[in-house]
Amino acid sequence: MRPKVAFFDFTSCEGCQLTVVDSLQTHLDLLDAVEIVQFREAMSEKGDDYAVAFVEGSITRESDEARLRQIREQASVLVALGACAHLGGVNAIKNLSELDSVRRYVYGEKAEWFATYATRPLDAVVKVDAFIPGCPIDRRELIEVVKALLMGRKPPIPDYPLCVECKLKENVCLYDKGGVCNGPVTRAGCGAICPTYGDGCEGCRGLVPTPNRDSMQNVLAEHKLTVDDVMARMTMFNAYQLQAMPEQKK
Amino acid sequence: MASVNIEVHHVTRVEGHGNVVVNARNGVLEECRLDIVETPRFFEAMLLGRPYTEASHITSRICGICAVGHATTSLRATENALGITPSEQTRLLRQLNFHGEMLDSHALHTYMLVAPDFFGVGSVIPLARSAPDAVTRALRVKKLAGDLCAAICGRHTHPIAMTVGGFTHLPTIAEIKALRDRLVDARRDMDETVALFRRLPWPRFERETEYVALATPEQYAFIDGTITSTDGASCQVDEYRKVTNERIMEHSSAKHCGHRRDSYMVGALARFNVNSRHLHPRARAAAEELGLRPICTNPFMNTAAQVAEMVHCVEDAIRICDELVVRGIKPESRPVFDGKGGGGVGSCEVPRGTLFHHYEIGEDGRITSANCIIPTGQNLANIEADMRAMVPQILDQGEEKVKMMMEMLVRAYDPCISCSTHFLDVRFV
Repeated sequence: MRPKVAFFDFTSCEGCQLTVVDSLQTHLDLLDAVEIVQFREAMSEKGDDYAVAFVEGSITRESDEARLRQIREQASVLVALGACAHLGGVNAIKNLSELDSVRRYVYGEKAEWFATYATRPLDAVVKVDAFIPGCPIDRRELIEVVKALLMGRKPPIPDYPLCVECKLKENVCLYDKGGVCNGPVTRAGCGAICPTYGDGCEGCRGLVPTPNRDSMQNVLAEHKLTVDDVMARMTMFNAYQLQAMPEQKK
Repeated sequence: MASVNIEVHHVTRVEGHGNVVVNARNGVLEECRLDIVETPRFFEAMLLGRPYTEASHITSRICGICAVGHATTSLRATENALGITPSEQTRLLRQLNFHGEMLDSHALHTYMLVAPDFFGVGSVIPLARSAPDAVTRALRVKKLAGDLCAAICGRHTHPIAMTVGGFTHLPTIAEIKALRDRLVDARRDMDETVALFRRLPWPRFERETEYVALATPEQYAFIDGTITSTDGASCQVDEYRKVTNERIMEHSSAKHCGHRRDSYMVGALARFNVNSRHLHPRARAAAEELGLRPICTNPFMNTAAQVAEMVHCVEDAIRICDELVVRGIKPESRPVFDGKGGGGVGSCEVPRGTLFHHYEIGEDGRITSANCIIPTGQNLANIEADMRAMVPQILDQGEEKVKMMMEMLVRAYDPCISCSTHFLDVRFV
């Protein structure tokens, strides 16, 4: 029997769900492998008997928590889809500023009408069984994760740094071109797509489980860069993680 | 006399979360609203203090569908703020990239979000079995669009190689030639798309409306232009506030925009109504076949206008590929920040309509103020005005029918709700 799958989103751009739709361009047979019972962005039916929930987006207000807990209760497997769900992502940039000033800047004197709290990833609220990193998710990785889940295996997400993939692509190191790149401490799996297209890694896949901070500091010193130069870039997707471990920030 | 009491919780097959509320008693409309219940995201505040080089990368994350549109508009705002003029090569590559996004977004909306309504199904998934040709065609067009964007900026969602003053990576001429061949092949898919959509029974509904779009004297405007209205007014993009006129409505949940009337419409239909004379001849013929004639005041025809634009984008993309092949693609130096900040507005016609980004940049190269005005935010007042005009006309057809028509109407505007809620323009009152 095909497993019943549902898609949900919280605070996000829905680009990861669109990447799921786009993966049908090459893998239309995905529709034979699973039965999609709910996917608001793409279909009207709303089935609630799903076994696997793919959840995009971060949690940014208290009222979202109940909906996420309900999804967790129903799903045997809950997969965090993309950087917002996995890390908090760009939504967590606002955590770097005082929340009230952020609300006032955007909504003026009506700020109190807009419920919001510090952005957090899904696993700050419920247990997450698997995650597909990235902003957006990588299509090939999505297919690999779905295959693994169908076979009851743990999805194969790399735990080595991006530099490994970048070297295999034979890219010239961004630091040697005068750039800044989070590759040395960021989880691989995207094929180093940003450095390949000439832009430094923004860290959207999160830190590797054991980042080699000494080595990173050496790279920075060698190129006369400061920790601040690279941290500013790291806060684009990892503000929540960096705030959660202040003693490791330096 | 008919009474209905409708609340559609989370309209499906649209981007983001919106609820439709309609209450009528004894034939009298008491309440008619599109509530925006998306979480606010605070992008403008998030840009404060960030280096200007990050703005296009952060704001592309506003929207997974129109990421290239946001990045392009963001870059134009930054370039205007810093006094940077992009080269002709950059202009051509950006426009080609933009056509890729327009094709992708319109294929998604026309085939996957709107078409199921006319086939009596809840999504495109059953159509994969009942109308496989149409579904594989839609996927083929989307793949071409995605591959086009990938060649130019790394990927469509979210673009990588686009940067202030140019690109960090350039496609090869061989890649452009291969894409050109596929674009030529796509003409057949465009013909079949027009043939499919011309048969659809668009709901009959007309309401006199003001349409607003960017315009230029030479071409069907997508990047830059003059803000132009079918009511005869025009102004420069840095005077955008004259048009958008945000205002708080006591009866309404969202802050609305209005120019000369209470509301206006942006998007493919507005562009068609303002700029149809600049469509490629093949696209003009397609529009004719689809029953589009300016000024068309049926909002459901926004989808038909998107089909005509798909034809135009394929043709104009072929033209740009040809031009690039003749002139070649060369690495270019990019401007260096000279320590002079400034303010600037960028504006583009993204798939859902006119988008504005407005930044102030300090002497340290960091952003000191940011404002973004999103097409869907501008359309909200007009969607509600259409709802109020339409409900009394169909009230006697029963609650289910009214509910379906309201959802179809909202969908016709192709709203991008998670975009619109990040910003000042959508305020709950």
